[in-house]
Amino acid sequence: MTILQESTPPHFLYASAPKIYPRTVHGFFANLRWVMVVLTQLVFYGLPWLEWAHRPAVLFNLEARRFYLFPLILYPQDFIYLTALLVICALSLFLFTALSGRVWCGFACPQTVYSEIFMWVERQVEGDRPQRIKLDHSDLNLEVFMKKTIKHLIWGLIALWTGLSFVGYFIPIRELLSHVWTAQLAGWSLFWVLFYAFATYGNAGFMREQVCKYMCPYARFQSAMFDADTLIVGYDAKRGEPRGHRSKSLSTEALQDDLGLGHCIDCQLCVQVCPTGIDIRKGLQYECIGCGACADVCNDVMKKMSYPIHLIQYASENAIENRWGLKEQIRRIFRTRVLIYASLLLSLCLIVAYQLSHRSTFRVDIVRDRSTMARIVEGQDHTMLLENIYRFQIMNSQESTQHFEVSAHGMDQLRIETPTRIEVPAAQSKWSVLRVSVPAGQDQVGAHPIWLDVKSLDDPRVVSEQTVFIVPTQ
Amino acid sequence: MSDFTSAYWSYFISTLVILGLIACMLLLWKMSKNNGQPIDPGENGHVWDEDLREQNNPLPLWWVGLFVITTLFAAVYLFLFPGLGNYKGNLNWSSSHELTQDQETHRESIAPLYAKFDALSIQEISKDPQAMAMGNNLYLNNCAQCHASDAKGSKGFPNLTDNDWLHGGSPEKIQETITLGRMGQMPPMAAALGSTNDVENVAQYVLSLSGSPHDAAKAQKGQEKFVVCAACHGPDGKGMQALGSANLTDKIWLHGFGLVAIENMITNGKVNQMPAQKDRLSESQIRVLSAYIWGLSNNKTPS
Repeated sequence: MTILQESTPPHFLYASAPKIYPRTVHGFFANLRWVMVVLTQLVFYGLPWLEWAHRPAVLFNLEARRFYLFPLILYPQDFIYLTALLVICALSLFLFTALSGRVWCGFACPQTVYSEIFMWVERQVEGDRPQRIKLDHSDLNLEVFMKKTIKHLIWGLIALWTGLSFVGYFIPIRELLSHVWTAQLAGWSLFWVLFYAFATYGNAGFMREQVCKYMCPYARFQSAMFDADTLIVGYDAKRGEPRGHRSKSLSTEALQDDLGLGHCIDCQLCVQVCPTGIDIRKGLQYECIGCGACADVCNDVMKKMSYPIHLIQYASENAIENRWGLKEQIRRIFRTRVLIYASLLLSLCLIVAYQLSHRSTFRVDIVRDRSTMARIVEGQDHTMLLENIYRFQIMNSQESTQHFEVSAHGMDQLRIETPTRIEVPAAQSKWSVLRVSVPAGQDQVGAHPIWLDVKSLDDPRVVSEQTVFIVPTQ
Repeated sequence: MSDFTSAYWSYFISTLVILGLIACMLLLWKMSKNNGQPIDPGENGHVWDEDLREQNNPLPLWWVGLFVITTLFAAVYLFLFPGLGNYKGNLNWSSSHELTQDQETHRESIAPLYAKFDALSIQEISKDPQAMAMGNNLYLNNCAQCHASDAKGSKGFPNLTDNDWLHGGSPEKIQETITLGRMGQMPPMAAALGSTNDVENVAQYVLSLSGSPHDAAKAQKGQEKFVVCAACHGPDGKGMQALGSANLTDKIWLHGFGLVAIENMITNGKVNQMPAQKDRLSESQIRVLSAYIWGLSNNKTPS
């Protein structure tokens, strides 16, 4: 390390993040983002309101440990499906990133979606970029105060509604709202409503691009899924440079010869619309969330200048470099990385779909009595019987009552002494005691494997569980 | 409660934790400035290999603020809660205390469920299906460990579904047994009886009481010596519930059937304890549980 001779006073290395005022943008990507905002929020705000057979269609009841997902009722034992869902989400993210870069970030991520909604409110109240900058730099007066108050009020209402909707996934939303209405909301549900509202308000209103730059782990590791054929928002430097101002009347052909200029007129609009405040002309940067705002605004400018559009475009690095057409780009989709991600994702989805469709409508759990190994009792016809005792849990994951018939096999003359017909109400689990016997003295001392078969009478399925029957010494 | 063997470890940990907190803050402060080297805008002044320069990508102040807040939070937490070695914290919080409080809250929350049965007699409670479902849960959680899930007991643990009661089978007696527990005591009687032959003779007599296979001649001799046993088991061997002595005339053999088992019991005696439940269950709970146990032998459902 070379230490330069000249010395200056110590320099403070932390800095407050400069506030970004993105300019309003219209165009294909802006429209696509609004479509995604509407779709994702219809799902998020709408799902808690849906009903399915007189219960919420989607409800994660943590207290009762039951997850309701449309026709499915999941028990904690079904947790593996949640893991599978997580892996499917991760693999989808890998696949879509390898294919089309940060489409998730630019169009579907809640951070982007809520920032978009909050920025829309901001624009309606305070105006576009120049007005907002002016507003923030003017002294406090009634107008500034009113505008800021209205903005924060609307933000706060949206945030609160978001918090309520979030908690609505865990507590039936109608019940939740009636609690709000009667001011009975308290404890953890109140905490989570306020916490989620606060997170929405803070992240979408203030943190915005800071979340993507400093907090989001995905933003940092997505480069691992990138290659030169991944779609990115890219600037065609060959065509655009050297950039410079020029008269609108100048024809495209005359540019290179007369002025030595490329197509970029250096209007700075691509920088002004960028929600993360970067200059896309410097190339791909980790801050770029792939929202395409710069592509939209640049296309407008190109049209006004009567230049061909797509100076900034959503295309792969290779495609921009080599001027590939659509055909060549599509051919490049089928590359090893994409095929591996896609086949992994597809096979996992198939496995989960198979498992879910073949999922039993009940589960069985057997616990041997631990203290009472075995006992000898007198049977009805004065023969001596050896008894083992089991506790037996049947979990009904169906919306209706089920009837079960239990039978045992695995040893000679194995018999169940307790009632073998068991009824379990809808979506409940029930413990029963099962006494199983063999004639005393017929079997060798030790642990014998036996099987308890549980047959649902409402459904042809049989669940067979193995346990042990203990024959004690003496 | 300290798990340390000496105060040293307490100081050791406290020192490390406090130094760690200070080090965090020092690091933040130290890294906030460069060493006074000249810098170009956008660079932090570090130069390697002659011309390799490090870009200055300043850490946002909100991040620095969060760092300070977490460090302060840690300091406040360590002041209020246990964390620094043996220091118990200003709030004197402990997990066992919280558990006790939670249990108290839980007891209060379930009390109304049981309270509605307080006005009913134990026999009446035993006819209530809801009370019996609650009783079954109480039984499985508190009694089944010894008396088995089906309440039929096993060797050494009485069957609760028959009509043979060591200490009495009235609802009140069952409640008393659950509340206060019982101590069953059979003293070693070999010395009092005399020789080993005497022990065998008495054992044979005990077998004869229930009509079990026995040696009639030996039993005859044993009958004289049974006077010693009659003090507790009664002259007729039917036992006395006030003393908790077993009925020897039926075919229920709690501690094992046969000559050897009986001889062993006479020679070595046995202490058999039913633990008291009064500190674990409320009186209302015990009444519901008593009703459940009483119902097992008195409200037989055909099965």
